[in-house]
Amino acid sequence: MKTENQKAWLFVLPVLALVAFNALIPLMTVVNYSVQETFGNNLFFWQGLDWFENILRSDRFHAALGRQVMFTAIILAIEIPLGVMIALAMPRSGPWVSVCLVLMALPLLIPWNVVGAMWNIFTLPDIGLLGYFMNNVLGVDYNMTQSPTAAWVTIIVMDVWHWTSLVVLLAYAGLISIPEPYYQAAKIDGASNWSVFRYIQLPKMKRVLTIAILLRFMDSFNIYTEVFVLTGGGPGNSTTLLSIDLVKVALGQFDLGNAAAMSLVYFAFTLLVSWLFYTIMMRDEE
Amino acid sequence: MLSWMAWTWPTALVFIFVFSCIAILAVIETRSPGGDERKGVLGLTTTRGDRLFITLLGSAYIFLAWLGLVGTPLWGPLGIAIAWGVFCFWKV
Repeated sequence: MKTENQKAWLFVLPVLALVAFNALIPLMTVVNYSVQETFGNNLFFWQGLDWFENILRSDRFHAALGRQVMFTAIILAIEIPLGVMIALAMPRSGPWVSVCLVLMALPLLIPWNVVGAMWNIFTLPDIGLLGYFMNNVLGVDYNMTQSPTAAWVTIIVMDVWHWTSLVVLLAYAGLISIPEPYYQAAKIDGASNWSVFRYIQLPKMKRVLTIAILLRFMDSFNIYTEVFVLTGGGPGNSTTLLSIDLVKVALGQFDLGNAAAMSLVYFAFTLLVSWLFYTIMMRDEE
Repeated sequence: MLSWMAWTWPTALVFIFVFSCIAILAVIETRSPGGDERKGVLGLTTTRGDRLFITLLGSAYIFLAWLGLVGTPLWGPLGIAIAWGVFCFWKV
């Protein structure tokens, strides 16, 4: 009779413990909060599913969710094609490869709150380089503390600057894994640059691009720090994304029950879309 | 010790149900390894664990949609969620 080595389970235990403490226990606590009301002092009162009903029918929640979806859709529509284009333009060999890779990795190394602070100063109309240039040299009325359009443009440009590199690096990894004979065969057949991209490079990059879209979706859908530091959700509520609204409700208003219900609905959206991406990725692999 | 987690009986029962499902699947897996992988009506190759996940995620959406559109009580969505679970384990 074949005996199986079960020792591998022991090696999985630390990960299970880690996941339990940083994900499972907080999640269970949030579920508990979502059906109760508290005024502090560790006193809780049963509220049932009222918070969920409030949230699902709240105009404020719908507006914040709409802004969050719009933000994610815009940055995905920009970052994925831009990242692929930059990866295609990068050299595949020679000394410039390292230079390009280091330059691409730089924005990813900067902490999120620093990115927000940096862009905040950069775009100030009186002392910021970009703000001063736009207002005084180009003559464009650009002030993200007053104009919602300027605020939206700024958070999108900031995110594109910060995260396109990730798409570039993933797409580049996919590109350099394509064996040279594919290109040689395409050359013999007289394939155009577009045909090489469409029938060789894009299919070979499909897997890494799916991962890139999944990562960028999850990150942008949960974005908080950069936007909060840059605009604080303003002017008005124009850049109050779902994550910012959630923190306002939870910490600003100390409305823990409402915030817990809101975060569970938020979690359900993220989980569904992540699962869809994962399923599509695995189906393609089959 | 766990008072900060603000446990209530209804939420505890939900988690007991979910963890019991996972435990039952683990026991079935030790007796019949391989996860009973198959291609279902949605065109997805699923194991028993996948089917449980799809059941729970779908049920969450059924309850949320009902709460948003109709409100309490939740006997209607409970019935739909059970039917959805049966469908998932039978056909998906």
